[in-house]
Amino acid sequence: MSAPLLSTRDLTVQFEGLPVLQNVSLDIARGEIVTVVGPNGSGKSTLLKALLGTVPPESGSVQRAPAISIGYVPQKLALDASLPISVARFLSLPKRQSAARIAAQLDRVGVAGLQSHPMQGLSGGQFQRVLLARALLMSPDLLILDEATQGLDQPGVARFYRLIEEVRRDMGCAVLMVSHDLHVVMSASDRVICLNGHVCCQGTPHVVRSAPEYRALFGLGTEGTLALYQHEHDHAHDAEGTHIHGPDCAHAKATLEHSHD
Amino acid sequence: MIDAFLVRAALAGLGVALATGPLGAFVVWRRMAYFGDATSHAAVLGVALALGTGVPVFGGTLAVALLMALAVSILASRGHAMDTTLGVLSHSALALGLVAVSFVTGVRVDLEAFLFGDILAVSWADVALIWGGAAVVAGLVAARWSRLLTMTLSADLAQSAGINPKREGLILTLAMAVVVAVALKVVGALLIAALLIIPSAAARLISRSPEQMATLSSVIAALAVIAGLGASWTWDTPAGPSIVVSAGAVFLILQLRPKGAKV
Repeated sequence: MSAPLLSTRDLTVQFEGLPVLQNVSLDIARGEIVTVVGPNGSGKSTLLKALLGTVPPESGSVQRAPAISIGYVPQKLALDASLPISVARFLSLPKRQSAARIAAQLDRVGVAGLQSHPMQGLSGGQFQRVLLARALLMSPDLLILDEATQGLDQPGVARFYRLIEEVRRDMGCAVLMVSHDLHVVMSASDRVICLNGHVCCQGTPHVVRSAPEYRALFGLGTEGTLALYQHEHDHAHDAEGTHIHGPDCAHAKATLEHSHD
Repeated sequence: MIDAFLVRAALAGLGVALATGPLGAFVVWRRMAYFGDATSHAAVLGVALALGTGVPVFGGTLAVALLMALAVSILASRGHAMDTTLGVLSHSALALGLVAVSFVTGVRVDLEAFLFGDILAVSWADVALIWGGAAVVAGLVAARWSRLLTMTLSADLAQSAGINPKREGLILTLAMAVVVAVALKVVGALLIAALLIIPSAAARLISRSPEQMATLSSVIAALAVIAGLGASWTWDTPAGPSIVVSAGAVFLILQLRPKGAKV
């Protein structure tokens, strides 16, 4: 087994003296899709910043494979109106890219022909896809997506997840996806990690996917790209309400009451 | 026959324009206008210290501007409320400089020259110093262009590509201090920030790419230098402020140009 692309050991990060992450240990292997879920304020963004190296750990370590190429898709990019920049120019950052490569990646993410558009004129969905195209142009070993599906409706999320699956299949990169959606995750995730300051639980969405309710919930339109990840649901109805921090929460049976839309 | 002092003044101004164009673009993109103010105001303190200690004015200005720029960068990275902090630092440095200059004895200090520039009095040595400093800044920004631009878009994006955003920020800080030291003689401490911002703001109106904006910013600054010197020669107006007024006029003309007009 080869060394992980990225791993943390007992990673602890503080912000103004308050712990945001405590003793987080995780590995991401080559080609693996890992989804990190957690509520707001659970330290997901801080974890990403620590993995990228913008936030220094208080203790513990972050190890990156040598010469790793990371394609990072930020949650949002505050593009100042004073900066004139076209999609093609943006895609050439930080490394110059050929027109052919730019065209190919724009085509892959479903926004072909946008090259000469100013970045500020893109819709939210187009902007997100351009951010993904830029990350793919880095020929990443690891693709890091921060809340990439925010603002998309369920079919939109399903299309985006299918795109990520295709990208992983074609390029063989590992994917680390962060999502605030605690229950619905990408079915292609090899692992789901629930974060709430520390790693609450880990599991696969597989258990839930095999549940009979699954087809009924996501059978149409989403073509199996969505899966449930079970934990922390409705504590009022859960005798083991504290299991959110237990090791077994991923294996709980799917009994969520989701409604179709 | 054009007088030699006018040639020197024009060359000095063009040298400054070379550096303020690309740096000014970053000042506008990164909303560092106040940062430019604080750094250039600190230059007055640098002048006072240089005169008091016998250090060359350029060196004293550079050192104090650099210290101020570093202090501001460190405070900004620690998340202080920058509006107030910069206001305190900027005006304190300016006032302290003005007070300190009054203590300098033995040398007749032309305070106005440092506040508003004295471009018509530059020597050939000044011109050489200005072009040297401007070349360093323009070269530094050009060489690290892609990194600086990526870092301007997003620190996280830069970091993910192996670019250290702190180092790139430091380079802009350093470039700012050099520009302040270089431009002090040309437009003076009070108007250096204007020369950074106005040509870039004007260039934004007719630019479609970051590179175009930085280049046009230098071109507009150069036009403003020539026009300002011309105005100063014709109407005997103060040269430094005339240059800034010219830049402002270019901005106004571009802002008011008919919609759809190709420039």
